[in-house]
Amino acid sequence: MTPQVLVVLGAALASGVEMVEALTIVLAVGMTRGWRSAAIGVGAAFLTLAALIAALGPALTEIPIEALRVVVGAVLLTFGLQWLRKAILRAAGVRALHDEDKIFAREVAESRQAAHTTRASLDWYSFTLAFKGVLLEGLEVVFIVVSFGSTGGHLGLAAAGAGGALVVVAAVGALVHRPLSRVPENSLKFTVGIMLSAFGVFWGGEGVGLSWPGSDLALLGLIGFFVAVSFALVADLRRRTAVVPTPTAPVTQD
Amino acid sequence: MGWLGRFARFWYDFVVGDDWLAAVLVGVALGATAVLADGYNPWWLLPVAVAVVLVISVRRAAAAATRHPPSSDTEPLIDL
Repeated sequence: MTPQVLVVLGAALASGVEMVEALTIVLAVGMTRGWRSAAIGVGAAFLTLAALIAALGPALTEIPIEALRVVVGAVLLTFGLQWLRKAILRAAGVRALHDEDKIFAREVAESRQAAHTTRASLDWYSFTLAFKGVLLEGLEVVFIVVSFGSTGGHLGLAAAGAGGALVVVAAVGALVHRPLSRVPENSLKFTVGIMLSAFGVFWGGEGVGLSWPGSDLALLGLIGFFVAVSFALVADLRRRTAVVPTPTAPVTQD
Repeated sequence: MGWLGRFARFWYDFVVGDDWLAAVLVGVALGATAVLADGYNPWWLLPVAVAVVLVISVRRAAAAATRHPPSSDTEPLIDL
């Protein structure tokens, strides 16, 4: 039961973070240049993503499970450590926090300045920006769902987690019509980074022949271990930066 | 850079990001665990090795951020 819950939770949180970022781009374009072209761009991105999943998804079942676990474990680890590193740096104040409001304001300013080029009765700037934003963030969601779901045989659960996140983010975005700046993105990324790293160690370890004590329950131990290491690193960085003051970092988008 | 190059660049930035050394060390940790797992079950090795990689990666990034604080103008539009 533990891995299933963690798969749904991990996929939902990680996908939700990516979807909030895509929503900021779509809102900025739609609100400044009109919704029609932006909506068509979003639709085209969803169709492209669906085609990619349909084309590549069945290939996963052809890969031997041990090889898949090693590859997915390595990729999840590399990817998860990247999230965790940035979340630790932000929590320690070394790197600026992600600010959806400022990103939204910049996107709005750029959208207003961009030239209106109409092709096939579409505002090409709106279409392209919405398409690229949703496609790129969507590819990341697909990657997260496949990584979380494929090795443990829980692809459906991971997809359900991402689907739930999509419904929540889209519904809240439609209701508030503003970027979701109140979402505690750094805390979410911290959590997701820890989960990705723990899953990466678990599956990568199984793939190279390890047998975890406690079987699936080892995942909880790994999560606790990475929480402890991460908090120790935050405390260590805070102590160091308190001694050596660093320049104030500007807001970043990632 | 062609479409394929941009696609490859996107995945490299997404998975590996700005610390290639961490990716290499993760590969080394998995490889060493695979070799040792042939004889017995060193389940503790991979978590400890990954924690060490995390410490190295965070320290390197913190040192780089102190030397060269990032500029919001040069940040990519879409990242993690």
